[in-house]
Amino acid sequence: MSAVLDKPTVVAPRSLARAPQTNTFEPRWVRWTLIAIALLFLTLFLFVPLVAVFTEALKRGWGTYVEAILDPDAISAIKLTLIAAGIAVPLNLVFGVAASWAIAKFDFRGKSILLTLIDLPFSVSPVIAGLIYVLLFGAQGWFGEWLAEHDIKILFAVPGIVLATVFITFPFVARELIPLMQQQGTEEEEAALVLGASGWQTFWRVTLPNIKWGLLYGVILCNARAMGEFGAVSVVSGHIRGETNTMPLQVEILYNEYNFTAAFAIASLLALLALVTLAVKSFIEWRLHQSRSADTGTTERTQ
Amino acid sequence: MSSLTQTRAPGRVIPGFGLSLGFTIFYLALIVLIPLSAVFLNTFTMSWEAFWRAVTSERVIASYKLSFGASLIAASFNVVFGGIVAWVLVRYRFPGKRFVDALVDLPFALPTAVAGITLTSLYSANGWIGQYLDKLGIKVAFTPLGVVVALTFIGLPFVVRTVQPVLEEAERELEEAAASLGASPLQTFIRVVLPGIVPALLTGFALAFARATGEYGSVIFIAGNLPMVSEITPLFIITKLEQYDYAGATAIAVVMLIFSFILLLTINLLQAWTRKRAGKK
Repeated sequence: MSAVLDKPTVVAPRSLARAPQTNTFEPRWVRWTLIAIALLFLTLFLFVPLVAVFTEALKRGWGTYVEAILDPDAISAIKLTLIAAGIAVPLNLVFGVAASWAIAKFDFRGKSILLTLIDLPFSVSPVIAGLIYVLLFGAQGWFGEWLAEHDIKILFAVPGIVLATVFITFPFVARELIPLMQQQGTEEEEAALVLGASGWQTFWRVTLPNIKWGLLYGVILCNARAMGEFGAVSVVSGHIRGETNTMPLQVEILYNEYNFTAAFAIASLLALLALVTLAVKSFIEWRLHQSRSADTGTTERTQ
Repeated sequence: MSSLTQTRAPGRVIPGFGLSLGFTIFYLALIVLIPLSAVFLNTFTMSWEAFWRAVTSERVIASYKLSFGASLIAASFNVVFGGIVAWVLVRYRFPGKRFVDALVDLPFALPTAVAGITLTSLYSANGWIGQYLDKLGIKVAFTPLGVVVALTFIGLPFVVRTVQPVLEEAERELEEAAASLGASPLQTFIRVVLPGIVPALLTGFALAFARATGEYGSVIFIAGNLPMVSEITPLFIITKLEQYDYAGATAIAVVMLIFSFILLLTINLLQAWTRKRAGKK
């Protein structure tokens, strides 16, 4: 997941990178067949499911829909999801900025190992991410006894859910910022420092404005994953209704109770979040492209 | 950690090396490295025989076969169709292209549980798509075929997003030269275009495959979860946990982790190869 999410998108807004050319050699029927295959595939696998979420949610009308969302258990699931994302995203944002500053502005040995380690959570199954915290904080876990003595609940409680979310979304902001800051180099910061700005001034006035779109890009992807995470959170949550259920877990419970309309109602909120994420993402790619074409000639494209 | 000293000093004037790197390593250790090492350390409490028995039981072998088999099929499927989608998005113009391009990332943005229940309702015997397949005698939901469908959805963006930038960078002049020297479009594609995008296709395949083997949320709804038939490995870990067999769960997790580390290494090598093929940068 890692590499794809960042490189092709922020560094090079794809479809916009170059004006489409039409002087293709293949015969017309080949062209249209390929377009038809691609569109059929995407319709079947992406568009139909997207429409289905909203259709299923509104099957029994708006009244039932609103009722399902205003259900106290649903409200508490929404709150918990917001809390988990509200903690995980800022933490990983600070980490992402620190990591990309260290990696992009300085050279040191072991850099590529550090980059691989930052990517690790992407290649760990969500279920294993949850298992980790069971092994650490569960009744038989490393800290289980100590936590029980001091009456601190991490597993099957909110802190466990937050920790699992932090782990799962750990690399998102860093992976967006590192290539962006590497590409921008250090000249502007050096100029500011030579002219007498302090380190923090340089960061706030020079670096931050330069990376703001990449930063926002990382944050919205991080947020989408934080709010939507299912596997890891499912392992550590304990599924206590109204207490330790996030929105995706609430969807599962309702679905398994054959309360399909309510399950799809909550699911439709998450699908809306996904659509907003995609819209903001497209907007940022467009902005990046704008700023790049304004920036005539310089750093047209870097890997 | 002592090896992480600054070797060159291009940013001699730039401050904050100690602070930013120190915080990065501290946070990385706290959130990722120490918790992850717990999994490995926990298996040391098991005897080798117990570990081996846990990771090779009949039921867990069946789950490996399903997880890896379905992931392989789904990733291959995505190489073919993802490749076509990338080609069409880069080379052709058609109405709604911007929308289609944005939609490709949907599987990244849509929570897996939502994908899971939606695909299940679409492909069940009375669903929008399932009812037609049912008439043909094809059952998707609650069979291993359903696992393949869910994993195809999850892996869809990977191939498209790795191949797209490579195709954009590809030098059209070479294709024009091939065509003017008398090559047919098919020959041009096989001899000129394909070699350029093979590393990207393989990278996309590996990324989709890696994601699919660990996937849980979208699969469990559509799989049916019958032991020996449609039970994926991550679900089996959860089953072990629910039976309080922590050692058994950890042993299987270690097998999966080692496998994903090998894949991660392969992906890194493939990406280096892609960059080399793309050349010059």
